[in-house]
Amino acid sequence: MNRTFSIGGVHPHDCKISRDCAIQPMPLPQTVYISVAQHIGAPAKPIVAVGDKVKVGQPVAEPGGFVSAYIHSSVSGTVKAIAPRADLAGNKQLCIEIAVEGDEWMEGIDTSDTLRTDFPDDNKEIIEKIRRGGVVGLGGATFPTHVKLSPPPGKVCEMLIINGCECEPYLTSDFRTLLEKGQQVVIGTAILKQALGVDKATIAIEENKPEAIEHINQVLTQMRKVSSKYTGITVMSLRKRYPQGGEKQLIDAVMHRQVKSGGLPIDVGAVVQNVATALAVYDAVQKNKPIVDNSITVTGECFPKQANLLVRVGTPLRAIIDYLGGMPADAVKVISGGPMMGKAISNLDAATVKGTSALLFLTEKQTRRKPESNCIRCGRCADACPMGLEPFLLNRLALNGRTDELEQNAVQDCIECGCCLYSCPACIPLLDHIRQAKAQVMGILRARAAAAKAAAGK
Amino acid sequence: MSQTIIWTITIITLLGLLLAVILWFIAEKFKVVEDPRIDEVEKVMPGANCGGCGFAGCRAFADSAVKAPNLDNHYCPVGGNDVMQKVAAILGHEVKAKAPAVAVVRCNGACSVRPVVNDYDGALSCKVKAALYSGDTGCAYGCLGCGDCVAACQFGALSMDPETGLPVVDEAKCTACGACTKACPKGIIEIRPKGPRGMRMFVSCMNKDHGPAVKKACANACIGCSICEKTCTHGAVVVENNVAYIDAAKCKLCRECEAFCPTGAIHAVNFPKPLDKDAVKARVNERKKKAAEAAAAAQAEPKKEETV
Repeated sequence: MNRTFSIGGVHPHDCKISRDCAIQPMPLPQTVYISVAQHIGAPAKPIVAVGDKVKVGQPVAEPGGFVSAYIHSSVSGTVKAIAPRADLAGNKQLCIEIAVEGDEWMEGIDTSDTLRTDFPDDNKEIIEKIRRGGVVGLGGATFPTHVKLSPPPGKVCEMLIINGCECEPYLTSDFRTLLEKGQQVVIGTAILKQALGVDKATIAIEENKPEAIEHINQVLTQMRKVSSKYTGITVMSLRKRYPQGGEKQLIDAVMHRQVKSGGLPIDVGAVVQNVATALAVYDAVQKNKPIVDNSITVTGECFPKQANLLVRVGTPLRAIIDYLGGMPADAVKVISGGPMMGKAISNLDAATVKGTSALLFLTEKQTRRKPESNCIRCGRCADACPMGLEPFLLNRLALNGRTDELEQNAVQDCIECGCCLYSCPACIPLLDHIRQAKAQVMGILRARAAAAKAAAGK
Repeated sequence: MSQTIIWTITIITLLGLLLAVILWFIAEKFKVVEDPRIDEVEKVMPGANCGGCGFAGCRAFADSAVKAPNLDNHYCPVGGNDVMQKVAAILGHEVKAKAPAVAVVRCNGACSVRPVVNDYDGALSCKVKAALYSGDTGCAYGCLGCGDCVAACQFGALSMDPETGLPVVDEAKCTACGACTKACPKGIIEIRPKGPRGMRMFVSCMNKDHGPAVKKACANACIGCSICEKTCTHGAVVVENNVAYIDAAKCKLCRECEAFCPTGAIHAVNFPKPLDKDAVKARVNERKKKAAEAAAAAQAEPKKEETV
């Protein structure tokens, strides 16, 4: 029996209907809108001006703080505007608008398909290349990778886990990446492993992707012959269960260690990176290619043409939909990401960002919420919660604004996976209220930390 | 038999007396001296415990008011000047009368003029909705219509108008406690002075976008054209971030800005007569013409001197 995490979780149908579609590059759009807030942390600061000519891979914005990342032009052309523009949720974000002219890449970027297996021994150089390449965690949180690779002093990393679970239903881009760019992912893993100074790395893949597991195993056998740098990397097959791709759940599944409330993975000696991030690391270190494109799954039962597309960062969503044959008539909801954790898109004029993983089209029947009824205290939500919380209680506390008790009941540990909402037979919008309460409590905690810091400074 | 009863009564009585003495000593020892005025002040308070004054409730307000050297930082918006006069009389302080205030909804985007561009299917709470996205209309600043303010009002002064989808303030019930202003995630409810005989003017829009985008999102919105700012002779209207704001302290209620507003975003309430827009416009234009003539004449005069 394969391993999985020990607390909670649910088992939705995986609906991987686009699993057989190879990743295809999408033709260049006419205009791209590159947001300066594509990662967690401080937004980047634009370093180009209106009218500037830019090439593919040229930095257009520099980090606005320690936890921040470079942003590069994903096309070659002219900067038309640097102005606020509505993002997926309709909120204004500063965007750099670039009109596409041809496809000229920056000098020094290797755009060929040649596989480069030999990477530098100098970890500082590697991390600097990753930082320069604007690499962020592509598993969803978009946390700058170079920050994750510099563990705080005193913390020792024992294992690197590469997250190839893709436990969200419908998504297949990581699976296709493993199949089609397995070698690059393995090299990226080896680079990350060396940068962290660990001996062991595990590529964790759920059992519903046997082709990927087999392929990566083959690649590993090949690569071990090439260099000793590839020893210590193993593949682990995990039982299918949502939210296995969650950082803390994955550590539990792979290492049988649990991160305590408020802790970080490094506290138990683990660093988790996504498959797509490993590929981006390979591109950045071996090819000098920053993140200018990412693979996006475009899927849904009502969508006529399933696809895994390689899309330039900043492509308007409407261009992607039009390229694949337009909006289906019976689709009522478009989601950026998977059905469990993805966000509904209210503005199709918005553009993709580095972290966009999928466009999912759902019909009225698939998506419409059922009317809410009373809580019957069945406890299913508490059983399903992978963080061991009590969603029914948190929901009641949130509705009454009891922030002290919310904090005592660890609302800040919620990973917003949606298992509670998925399992609730009374269709209570548990996550909606809990997410709101979590944001409130996090704000209080941050304010308290800032006050403590200020007091200590005095 | 009778002796048993006598003994029982005697022992119980003695025990009772002894315990009473002990209790009296303990009560004396641990006595908490509380200013009796706190009770008096609390008695004249409205007793709503709404927190509109900034304290946890009426008792907390009374406690703080008794200890304070003056009443400058204490004002009960619910009880208003009457209650504050009584509190001041008890405490021997003086208070200045404050102008009565009322909650004002600064969104004018009724369902009929602000088209819905997407369908919201989440939890019915403005807070949740605002945290998720900009809203189901093209306007990212306006009322979300889930009624958090109605739920927050303890006085039943707010209700949602089913036709417009906007909250309506019942002036008679509103105490200006400010609970709704805190409940609204978009901050569209403002506590404004009630004005003489309830007459007041305000801009019923908060949209900070540029004109064309605003116009597309809502027909009643302030487009930031600045006509009101230019018309106002009292300097009461200021356009900042593409949206006008009327300073109630400076406004003389002449309604000239209202006459000129192209979208009807400026609201005037409780005026006895409806506004005759054409008459006001004619009056203002006449005044401007005269001012222009005077300016031209003033410019012409020094020239004459030069020629002489």
